[in-house]
Amino acid sequence: MQQNEMKLEFDSHSCNESFARVTVAAFMTQLNPTLEEVADVKTAVSEAVTNAIIHAYKNESVVKSRFVKSEDTAEEAGRIWITCHIRDNLLEVEVRDTGCGIADVKRAMEPFFSTAEENDHSGLGFAFMEAFMDTLEVESAPGEGTCVRMTRRIGGGRHSESICGKTDAFDMLQPEQDGMLPKSLYDGNDARNILLSDGR
Amino acid sequence: MDSVFSIAGTVMTVHLPAEIDHHTSDRLCAEADKLVQRKHIRCIVFDFAGTTFMDSSGIGMLIGRYKRMRFMGGTVAAVNVGERIRKMLEVSGIGKIMDIYEGMPLRTPAC
Repeated sequence: MQQNEMKLEFDSHSCNESFARVTVAAFMTQLNPTLEEVADVKTAVSEAVTNAIIHAYKNESVVKSRFVKSEDTAEEAGRIWITCHIRDNLLEVEVRDTGCGIADVKRAMEPFFSTAEENDHSGLGFAFMEAFMDTLEVESAPGEGTCVRMTRRIGGGRHSESICGKTDAFDMLQPEQDGMLPKSLYDGNDARNILLSDGR
Repeated sequence: MDSVFSIAGTVMTVHLPAEIDHHTSDRLCAEADKLVQRKHIRCIVFDFAGTTFMDSSGIGMLIGRYKRMRFMGGTVAAVNVGERIRKMLEVSGIGKIMDIYEGMPLRTPAC
């Protein structure tokens, strides 16, 4: 049984997003992946890391309490950890932060839902992780940080099953959601309603 | 950033970078919005010819520009979309709201 593991720790800065993707891609090379498998995993890693960078440490007081060392604490960034584990042809990627955590994980994972303040976030991070990896688990609670665990079997001949199965993210907005979506979004197939409203 | 944007009349073409992620798209959005206001742009064409990687931040950028252009009565389109990028656009369903071209259409798309 082939087993291997690597752990990566870096500052929560957006300039590290590319570095994080490429590092995981380099580590998975030993599994002889196809170009598509590498691209899929890179995308999923990018989504998880970006989520952490945008959300985890946005609350300044959280950063200060975790990294109290000296007067120059205000300059400290939060940290992000990526652990990759290989067992035979199974790749496991874990992206962890010790930031503010997610209050409602189920809501956070809904396509197009985003708590980001700026308008240019699609809210599709988790949807993409689910589409491009075989499994996705999110462990998080307010004040407890977040851990995203994803797996993908490499070289298993998987042909984007979950993408075909789910059609696309717009179609994932089904009326049977538990009443948390605004009324206008119940027209699940009408992307224009979603996009022309400012509500999330 | 100057070489990224080219403007012909009211059409602005954004020559997207090799990697579109949260880091690169943040700045692209800000620059694009500034130029749209200043130059009275009515159509944004996103050129993916040089793009090899995109995550959902790119989708967010497209949706955000689409919303702004729609509000002003304009349009957006994506051109030179390769196989990988097409896959991303299809997963998100963004093809339902904007035109996507594999090559470069002879006429400026939908303007």
